[in-house]
Amino acid sequence: MMNLAVLAEQRAREGAPSSKTTGISDGRVVTPGVDISHGGILYLDAVSVSFDGFKALNDLTLIVDAGELRCVIGPNGAGKTTMMDVITGKTRPDSGTAFFGQTIDLTRLSEPEIADIGIGRKFQKPTVYAEHTVFENLELARKADKRVWATLTAKLDSTARDRILSVLETIQLAPEAGRLAGLLSHGQKQWLEIGMLLMQEPQLLLLDEPVAGMTDDETMRSAELFESLAGDYTLVVVEHDMDFVAKIADRVTVLHEGHVLAEGSMSQVQQNEQVIEVFLGR
Amino acid sequence: MPHAFVPLSAPVGAGSLPRLWSGRTWGYIGVAALVLFVVVPLCNLAVPAGSIFHVSDFMVTLIGKIMCYAIVALAMDLIWGYTGILSLGHGLFFALGGYAMGMYLMRSIGHEGVYQSDLPDFMVFLDWKAYPWYWSFTDHFWYCALLVVLVPGVLAFVFGFFAFRSRIKGVYFSIITQALTYAFMLLFFRNDTGFGGNNGFTDFKRILGFPIHAPETRMVLFMFTGATLIVFLFVGRAIVLSKLGRVLTAIRDAENRVMFSGYNPVYFKLFIWTLSAVICGIAGALYVPQVGIINPSEMSPANSIEIAIWTAVGGRGTLIGPVIGAAVVNLGKSWFTQAVPEYWLFALGLLFILVTLYLPRGIAGLWTRRRS
Repeated sequence: MMNLAVLAEQRAREGAPSSKTTGISDGRVVTPGVDISHGGILYLDAVSVSFDGFKALNDLTLIVDAGELRCVIGPNGAGKTTMMDVITGKTRPDSGTAFFGQTIDLTRLSEPEIADIGIGRKFQKPTVYAEHTVFENLELARKADKRVWATLTAKLDSTARDRILSVLETIQLAPEAGRLAGLLSHGQKQWLEIGMLLMQEPQLLLLDEPVAGMTDDETMRSAELFESLAGDYTLVVVEHDMDFVAKIADRVTVLHEGHVLAEGSMSQVQQNEQVIEVFLGR
Repeated sequence: MPHAFVPLSAPVGAGSLPRLWSGRTWGYIGVAALVLFVVVPLCNLAVPAGSIFHVSDFMVTLIGKIMCYAIVALAMDLIWGYTGILSLGHGLFFALGGYAMGMYLMRSIGHEGVYQSDLPDFMVFLDWKAYPWYWSFTDHFWYCALLVVLVPGVLAFVFGFFAFRSRIKGVYFSIITQALTYAFMLLFFRNDTGFGGNNGFTDFKRILGFPIHAPETRMVLFMFTGATLIVFLFVGRAIVLSKLGRVLTAIRDAENRVMFSGYNPVYFKLFIWTLSAVICGIAGALYVPQVGIINPSEMSPANSIEIAIWTAVGGRGTLIGPVIGAAVVNLGKSWFTQAVPEYWLFALGLLFILVTLYLPRGIAGLWTRRRS
């Protein structure tokens, strides 16, 4: 059973990427509020969650470094989505801690507060505002004062417009800017939701099966997109598509029955006896 | 120009702007204003009663009443059509506004009641010697006007805060709003509550010193109601076209996404819910002096359900649709209850079924469909 101290020590020995080498000191990842002075941006320590006796998370300990692209894999029911629920405040852990950087205790914040401090989440089922245009979807997600009065009186300035247009380019939906989001294809909705996360200017993006239902071409373009985002952002990707994971992952974490079974590069993980047993049933 | 498809003047709401009030709709609003403020007053007050152009006092009261209902339907559209929260208790806020205005009207009767007492007749009948504390200051019009806004507003705010914070949604929310209005109806039916029991308030004599049954007073109330309706149409339009309006629609379509984008849906719902209740209260306050009575039956669950039907028939999420819906349904009701009263509820049920099946966007949807 790994605990946080051991894990941190092990990480230090391996030489965790410093903020300089990963290009995370350009002001995007490092903003006031998130203390990533020790290299890690997300710390889950001994987190347990149970639903009616079923242990969805069982003593889960996980550290994600700032600027890395981490893939989380595991069979159905391994606790991947519950882990995201804990990080984003949707589910409170029965025990254990969840920290964003060194100082921010995620278990004390609500979902909107967590979104506001810089954690963006993409749902498994693409979730966009069907009756709004693509442009409006991005506008609503944009980082801004999101209280009632400020929202009522908000005006769209040219900086905001430029930002929206540049994200439209990134997610390759510029030609669809004026279309209702409900009319987009499944893959386009996935990309729009990712674009909405980028508009929030988060430090950490949690992506739940971002390429599910995409064509091979779309999947390949997604891989390129995520690789270009890593470094500027920290990404945690939950995915079933192993080829996709092998293509993009810096590190892979394998979850099984609510805790970490193995962690390392894709090839290390693939050679791990326990992992083979769980995945192939041998 | 890679982005020529995004008109720089109005990219925001590029989809929703044309859907909300085309140039022609503005024309109709102008015509309606002309009818309300010029044609009806002239035809009622200046044209002699025998002429075919004469508009009877009965018609003025009927249209005035329907405009009050239209304001309620508009308020319902903001909370249901745009935000996706179906309230089956909006009749309560309407009635509370009506009761607040009714208190002032009761005080204005003075000594001209049946018992010629300082107190309203129903209090004399109960053998009360003085006004209860909550009737204090109700002889001042402006105090009652304040109550018209505050009572529905505060009740909605407190109720909404707990309901939305507890994440009560969908049909569960609808049911508790229904229970809320029912509970208030039972409360107001009691004589001891001090609001006239099942008879409510009636036999008003004057408002702000003017005789309440005089044609001129009636006409001023009528025009004031029309002006209020138009003002709230513009207020509603400003809200749904603002970024806040887009957040409300986003809450309707994907509340989780809104929450994980950093908006707290509780406060946005609370804002529009409370505003909607206040608008209903004002409509109730305009209704009572025109109709001349307010009693607890206004709080009956059936009344609140009817409000939802007006909105659905007219077309949710269009603002102008619910106004049309309230007018169509109530004109129909007025005709049926005179001609074939026993068939009205069947007709209403049938209308609701037909609209649900064939006109998901209501009468207003018929409009846009024909145009496109």
